[in-house]
Amino acid sequence: MEAAHAHAHDDHHHAPAGIGRYFTTTNHKDIGSMYMWFSLIMFFVGGFMALVIRAELFQPGIQIVNPDVFNQLTTIHALVMIFGAVMPAFVGYANWQIPLMVGASDMAFARMNNWSFWLMPPAAALLVGSFLVPGGAAGSGWTLYPPLSIQGGISVDMTILAVHIMGASSIMGSINIITTILNMRAPGMTLMRMPMFVWTWLITAYLLIAVMPVLAGAVTMLLTDRHFGTHFFNAAGGGDPTMFMHIFWFFGHPEVYIMILPAFGIISHIIPTFARKPLFGYASMVYATASIALLSFIVWGHHMFTVGMPAAGNLFFMYATMLIAVPTGVKVFNWIATLWKGSITFETPMLFAIGFVSLFTIGGFSGLVLAVTPVDITLHNTYYVVAHFHYVLFSGAIFSIMGGAYYWLPKWTGHMYDETLGKVHFWLTAISFNITFFPQHFLGLAGMPRRIPDYAPQFTEFNQISSIGAFLLGFSQLLFLYVVIKCIRGGVKAEAKAWEGAEGLEWTVPSPAPYHTFETPPAFH
Amino acid sequence: MSSSSTHDVYYVPAPSKWPVVGSTALFLLAIGFVSLLHFGKTQAYVLLAAGFATLTYMLFGWFGNVISESESGKYNAQVDASFRWSMGWFIFSEVMFFAAFFGALFYARQMSVPLLGDVDNQLLWPGFKPDWPSMGPYNATEFHPMSAWGLPAINTMLLLTSGVTVTWAHWAIKKNDRTQLVLGLAATVALGLIFLFCQMTEYGEAAFSLATGVYGATFFMLTGFHGFHVSLGTLMLIVILARSLKGHFTPEHHFAFEAVSWYWHFVDVVWLGLFVFVYWL
Repeated sequence: MEAAHAHAHDDHHHAPAGIGRYFTTTNHKDIGSMYMWFSLIMFFVGGFMALVIRAELFQPGIQIVNPDVFNQLTTIHALVMIFGAVMPAFVGYANWQIPLMVGASDMAFARMNNWSFWLMPPAAALLVGSFLVPGGAAGSGWTLYPPLSIQGGISVDMTILAVHIMGASSIMGSINIITTILNMRAPGMTLMRMPMFVWTWLITAYLLIAVMPVLAGAVTMLLTDRHFGTHFFNAAGGGDPTMFMHIFWFFGHPEVYIMILPAFGIISHIIPTFARKPLFGYASMVYATASIALLSFIVWGHHMFTVGMPAAGNLFFMYATMLIAVPTGVKVFNWIATLWKGSITFETPMLFAIGFVSLFTIGGFSGLVLAVTPVDITLHNTYYVVAHFHYVLFSGAIFSIMGGAYYWLPKWTGHMYDETLGKVHFWLTAISFNITFFPQHFLGLAGMPRRIPDYAPQFTEFNQISSIGAFLLGFSQLLFLYVVIKCIRGGVKAEAKAWEGAEGLEWTVPSPAPYHTFETPPAFH
Repeated sequence: MSSSSTHDVYYVPAPSKWPVVGSTALFLLAIGFVSLLHFGKTQAYVLLAAGFATLTYMLFGWFGNVISESESGKYNAQVDASFRWSMGWFIFSEVMFFAAFFGALFYARQMSVPLLGDVDNQLLWPGFKPDWPSMGPYNATEFHPMSAWGLPAINTMLLLTSGVTVTWAHWAIKKNDRTQLVLGLAATVALGLIFLFCQMTEYGEAAFSLATGVYGATFFMLTGFHGFHVSLGTLMLIVILARSLKGHFTPEHHFAFEAVSWYWHFVDVVWLGLFVFVYWL
C-alpha cells in the first residue's frame, strides 16, 4: 500500500485491466462512466414502469394492474427517474467533464468520489427491491405525504432509508464538486472565465448541500412518526400533515432546479459550438443561474396552493414563482441570441439543444400558468401538471443529457457516433415525446386527475394517443443504447477537438481522453 | 516523476477498497434496521452487528489511510485548502439538517398548535387551549416541560467552556506547546463527556417522552440529534487527543485538529439555538 502511494503518479498511467478495477477506482473518468451506465439502466427501469402505467391508461377501466400496484408504479417511477436517472447522469457528466474543463488532475477527493457512486446501487436495490416485500412498494407518491406514507408498509421504510443513502451520496458528491471547482482550476481561470457547465454545477452543488439534509430531516420525522410515537405530522398530537409538505417542498423546489441547472450548462456549450459563436451574454447567464437558485428557496408554496395556506401566503408564492420567469427568460434569450447570425449546423447534439430550447420553453410557460394561484386550484393534481413537469424534465433535463452524450461521446470513446442513427433517434424522441405529453395538457384542462388507474370515458382518445406515443418514445431509447454501444466499439476516429466550433480545455486533450489528464495544471488563456 | 516533485502535484490516492466496504456496511445497516422494525429480531441483530462491524472496519481503515498519508507529507497546500473547503461545506449541510427540525419546531409553535385552537377547530377539539408547550388536543394531559434553568443552563456553561478550552489547545498547537495542547484537548473531551452525562440525567428525569405530542417530538429529536453530534464530536476529539499524544501535527500542518474544532464550535452554536428555542422561550 505504501509503495503504491509513493508512486501514485507513475504506476498507473494506463487504465488497470479487468472489470474489478471499478470497485476500487479513484479515477474520475471511471467513476463518471459508472454513474452514466447506472443512470442509463435506471432510465430503462423507470421507463418500463412508465410503460406499464401507460398501458393501463390505454383505455378506461382496470386491465393490467390493480390500483395499489398502479400507485406503487407512479411512486417508484418518479423516485427512480429523479434520483436514479437524471441526477446520476448529471453527476456522471460532472465527474467526466469538470476536471477536464477546469484543468484538474482529478476530483478533489478521488476516494470519496467512488463512495458517492457506490452508495447508489444499494439505495437503488432498497428502492426497486421494495416491490418484492409483503405489501409491495411505497404507493404514497414520490412526495411521501403523510398520513398515507405513515400508514404504508415495510416498503416505506426501505424507501426512506434509500432516500437517506442517496442523500448522503449527493452531499458527498456535491462537496467534492464544489471543492474541485473552487480549489483546482487551472491558473488564470478566474470564476468569471469558467465554462458555463462548471458554473451551473457549482450552483447546483450548493443547492444540493443546502436541501438534501432538509429532505433527510423530513423523512427521519416520517420514520419516527411511523415507529417511535412522535406526532410531527399528526394533528391529534399538535402536529400537522401540512408541515411535512412545507419541509418536503423546501427541499423539493430547489431539487427541481438541481435537475435543470446542469442541463442549462450543457446547452450553453452545445449551442455556441454548432453556431460557431461564443455564448451570448456569459455574465448574465451566470447571474441568471444564481438568481434562479436563490429564488428556488422561496417558491415552495406553489406546490401546495390547495392545502389552505393564508391568502397572503398564496399570493407571495405566486409572485415569487413568476419572478423565476425573468432569469429563465434571460437564458432563453441568450441561447437564441447566440444562434443569431451564427454558422449553424445541425448535428445530433445541436438538434437536441434546439429541441431543448423549444420544448423546455413550453414547459416553462405551462409552469407560469400553474403559478397563478386561482388557475392552479383548478389544475392541481391533474394531467396538466404531469404534462408540465414532463416538458421540463424529459424535453428539458433528459434532452440535455442526450445532447450532452452525443456531444461528448467522441471525447469519451475516441470515436464519432453514427450521425444518421443519432438524428433518427432525435426525431423519433422529439416526435413521440410530443405525442405522449402534449395531449396530457388537454386531459388536465378537461379535469382528468393524475395517479388514478381508471378514468371517465370522455378522456379515452387523448389517453390512447398518449399511450401510443409513450411506447414509441420508450422503444426509441433502445436506439440510443445501440448508438452508444456502437460508438464505444468503433467508428471514425475522433480528433482532439471533435467539433470544429468547440472551445475549452477538454478539447485540448486527445480523444479518447487518456486515463490521466492535466497531472500538472495546463496553461489557460 | 521524481519523489520531490510528487509534493508539487495534487495528491490523487491509489485505488481503495474502503468506499465499497462502506457501502456494504450501510446496506447491511439499512436491511438490518428494516428487519428490526418488521421481521425477526435475531436476524436483525445479526445484520446490524455485521453492519456496525463493517462500518467500524471501514472508518478505522479509511481514516488510517488518510492519517498516514497526511503524516508522510503527501498533502500539499492545495490539498489542505480542499480539506478546508469541504469541512466548511459539510458543516453547512449539517446546519441545514438541523434547520429541518428547527423548522418543524417553529411551524408547530407558530402554525399547527395555534390553528388547532382557532374557531374552525372548536367543534373538533372543544376546549383545546393552544398554549406552548403542547402535546396536542387528543389525550391532552398536564405534563411538566423541561425547565431551562436547571441542567440545561449548566450544560450551556459546559459547552461554552469547552469552546474556550479547544481554542486554548489550538493556541498551543500553533506555538508548539505539546503539554498545553494535550491538557486543552483533555479538558475539552472531559467537558464533552460531562455534558453527555448531564444530558442523559436530564433525559432520565424528564416527565414526558418522545410520544408526548409535538412538544415531546421536537424536544427529543432536536436534543437527541444534538447529543448524537456531541458524541461524534467527542469521539473525534479523542482521536485528535490520541494523535497529539503520538506526536502528530505541526504548528503549520494540523487541519484535522482545526476541522474537529470547527465541528465542535458548530455543535456549540446548535446548542445555543436549542437552549433559547427549546428550553427557554
